Amino acid sequence: MSADVDDRPVADPSSPDPMPDNSLGGIVRAYLAKLKGGEVGSLPAVLGLVALVVVFSALRPEQFTNSFNFANLIGQSAGVTVLAMGLVFVLLLGEIDLSAGFAGGTCAGVLGVFLTRQEWPLLPALLAALISGAVIGLLIGLLVARLGIPSFVVTLAAFLGLQGVLLSMIGEGGTIPYRNDFINGLNNSNLPVWLGWALAVVCIVGYAATTYVADARRRAKNLTVQPVLLWALKAGLLTVVVLAVVGYLSVERSRNPALTSLKGVPVSLLVIVGLLIVLTFMLTRTAWGRHVYAVGGNAEAARRAGINVFRVRLSCFVLCSTMAAVAGIMIASRTNSVNPNTGGETTLLYAVGAAVIGGTSLFGGKGRVIDAVIGGTVVAVIDNGMGLLDQPQGTVWMVTGLVLLVAASVDALSRRRASATGHV
Amino acid sequence: MSPLLELRGVEKSFGAVQVLRGVDLSVRAGRVTALVGDNGAGKSTLVKGMAGIHLFDSGDYLFEGEPVKVTNPKDAAALGIEVVYQDLALCDNLDVVHNMFLGREMKRLRLVDEDTMEQRARETLDGLSVRTLKSVRTPVASLSGGQRQTVAIARAVLWNSKLVVLDEPTAALGVAQTEQVLRLVRRLADNGLGVLLISHNLNDVFEVADDIAVLYLGRMVGQIDAASTTRGRVVEAITTGVVPEGGAA
Repeated sequence: MSADVDDRPVADPSSPDPMPDNSLGGIVRAYLAKLKGGEVGSLPAVLGLVALVVVFSALRPEQFTNSFNFANLIGQSAGVTVLAMGLVFVLLLGEIDLSAGFAGGTCAGVLGVFLTRQEWPLLPALLAALISGAVIGLLIGLLVARLGIPSFVVTLAAFLGLQGVLLSMIGEGGTIPYRNDFINGLNNSNLPVWLGWALAVVCIVGYAATTYVADARRRAKNLTVQPVLLWALKAGLLTVVVLAVVGYLSVERSRNPALTSLKGVPVSLLVIVGLLIVLTFMLTRTAWGRHVYAVGGNAEAARRAGINVFRVRLSCFVLCSTMAAVAGIMIASRTNSVNPNTGGETTLLYAVGAAVIGGTSLFGGKGRVIDAVIGGTVVAVIDNGMGLLDQPQGTVWMVTGLVLLVAASVDALSRRRASATGHV
Repeated sequence: MSPLLELRGVEKSFGAVQVLRGVDLSVRAGRVTALVGDNGAGKSTLVKGMAGIHLFDSGDYLFEGEPVKVTNPKDAAALGIEVVYQDLALCDNLDVVHNMFLGREMKRLRLVDEDTMEQRARETLDGLSVRTLKSVRTPVASLSGGQRQTVAIARAVLWNSKLVVLDEPTAALGVAQTEQVLRLVRRLADNGLGVLLISHNLNDVFEVADDIAVLYLGRMVGQIDAASTTRGRVVEAITTGVVPEGGAA
C-alpha cells in the first residue's frame, strides 16, 4: 500500500509518535511552539504576577515583602480563590454563576445561625451550611440545565434573591459572630512550623514520586510521555516554590514575638492546596471530569456520545455553589463573623476575574483548577499592594479592572491565534 | 450468506409527509454499499431509522438474518452499528484518545485508565493502517479535515462494530484528504465490516463502492452492482427514479 497522502509530513510509520526531542532545547522549542499556537495557559498570569510583585517590592520594599504581609495576603485571597475554584467548573461549561458570592454569604449565614444562635455542635452546623450551598446549586442547575434559562439570568436573579435571604437572616445592620475556634481558625490560625514542613515534604515527594512512576509505566508501555528532563524541571520548580513559601511562612512574623508568636503556614493555605488537589484529581482523573470538558467543548457531540449532558451541567452548578459555601465560610472566618455584606461587594467579581486571569476561558472547554489559584493570587496582590501604596479604593478598582480586561483580551486573542493555527 | 443488515418494505412518515415508501436495502459484510439519491430522497431518514434515532412506521429490520427492534441509538450500538455523522461530533478541546473513547471511557479502580485507552486507540489506528496521525495526544482542533474524519471513523470501529454508516465523509475535504478517507473506507470493508456510505459524490462512490443503492423520492430504485454499471446509468436512476436497462443487480 502506498503511503497516505496528507498535508503534513508523515512520521516514520514504525514509531507512530515521533521521538520527541528530549534535550533542554527541545523542551523549550516545544513549549514555544505551544505558545505560538495560542496555548498560553497560565503564562500571562504568572508573568503578570512576577511583574506586580517586582513593582510593589520596589515601591514598598519594607511593607510588601515582609512575611507578615505575605501571610496576610494568603488570608485575604483565600475566600476569592476558593470561590474561583468552584467557578472554574461552571466556566468550563461556558456558563456563569453570578450568585456564587452571595451563595457563599448565605451559607456562612446559615452556619452562623445554627452554630451561634441555635448553639448546634460544629459538625451538623457545618454540614447544614454546605448542604445549603449544594441545594442552591441544585436549584440553579435545574433551572439552567432542565428549563434552558440562560445561566446569566438565573444566577443574576439568584444573586439578588440570596442577597435578600442573607439580609433577612441576619437583620439590617446586624452581624452574627462565630464563637467556634475551628471555624475562626480556618482563616486566622497557623499550622505548627514542623507540620508545615512535613506537609511540604509530603507534597513534593508525593508529586515527584507519583508522576515519575506514572511516566515510567507509560514509557515501558511505549506510550506518549513527557521527557524525563521536563519531569525533573517541573518537580524542581515545585520544590523551589514550596520550600520558599513554607520557609518564608515559618519565619517569626509577629511584631511583638514576646507577646504572641506568629509563624507557620496559614491554615487557609492548607485549605486552598487541599481543595486544589482534590478538585484537580476529579477533573483530570475521573470520567466525570472528562465529560465536563466534553460538554464545554461540544455539548451536542457529548450528547451523541451517550454522555448525560443534563447531569454533568447540574453537577457543575452544585459543585460551584458548594465551593461557594466553603468560600463564604473562609471569608466570614477572617472576620470571625457574618454580616449582610459577606460574599458581596467585589467578592464574586474578583473570583470570576481570578479564574479568567488565571487562564480559564469564558467560552468554555478550557481551564484548570490551578488557574483559579494563580488568578486569585494576582487579584490579591493587586488589592494588597495598591492598599500599601496608600492608593484610594477607586484606583485599586480601576487597576484591577484593567488587569481583568488585559486577561480577557489575552484569552480572546489566544483563541483567535489558536483557531488560526488550528489549536484549541 | 444472509446480508449483515437487511431492511424490507420500510415506511416512514412525518405527519402527512411520507418520506420512505417501502424501502428495501441490504448491506453485506466485507462490502461497501453506497447509498445515493438526490436531496430529499430520504437518505438521512433511512440512516436515522437504522441508527434508532427515528422509528420506522412499518417494515422489517433484520440484522445478521434475525429480526431486531432498534428503538434508540443504544440498541443500534449494542448490535454493532455505528454511525459517523457529517459533522463528526468531535470535541475540539479534547485529544484523539479522549474523543475516541468519549462517553465510553475505560476505567480502572473507577478512574479513567489513560494507558489502556491510549494503547487501544493506537492499536485501532494501526489496524486501519492510519499513519497520518503524529500523536494520539494532539487536540482534535489541530487536526486537518481528513485527520478528523479518520478519528471519527476510528472511533466507530473501536467497539468491535460490525456495520459502519458514514454520512458524507468526504463532503468537506480536499482531493488528497478525500483519497485518504476513501482508502480508509475501503480498508474497513476489507477488514470484514459492512460499510454503508452515503455520498453525493459519484466519483467517490465508484472508487470504493461494491454496490450502489439508489433512493428516489422515498422509494428504493434498486441496488446495483457497481462493477456492472456506469456513471450515466446511476445518474439517470438518481434523477428519474428508473434503472436503465441492464443496470439492475
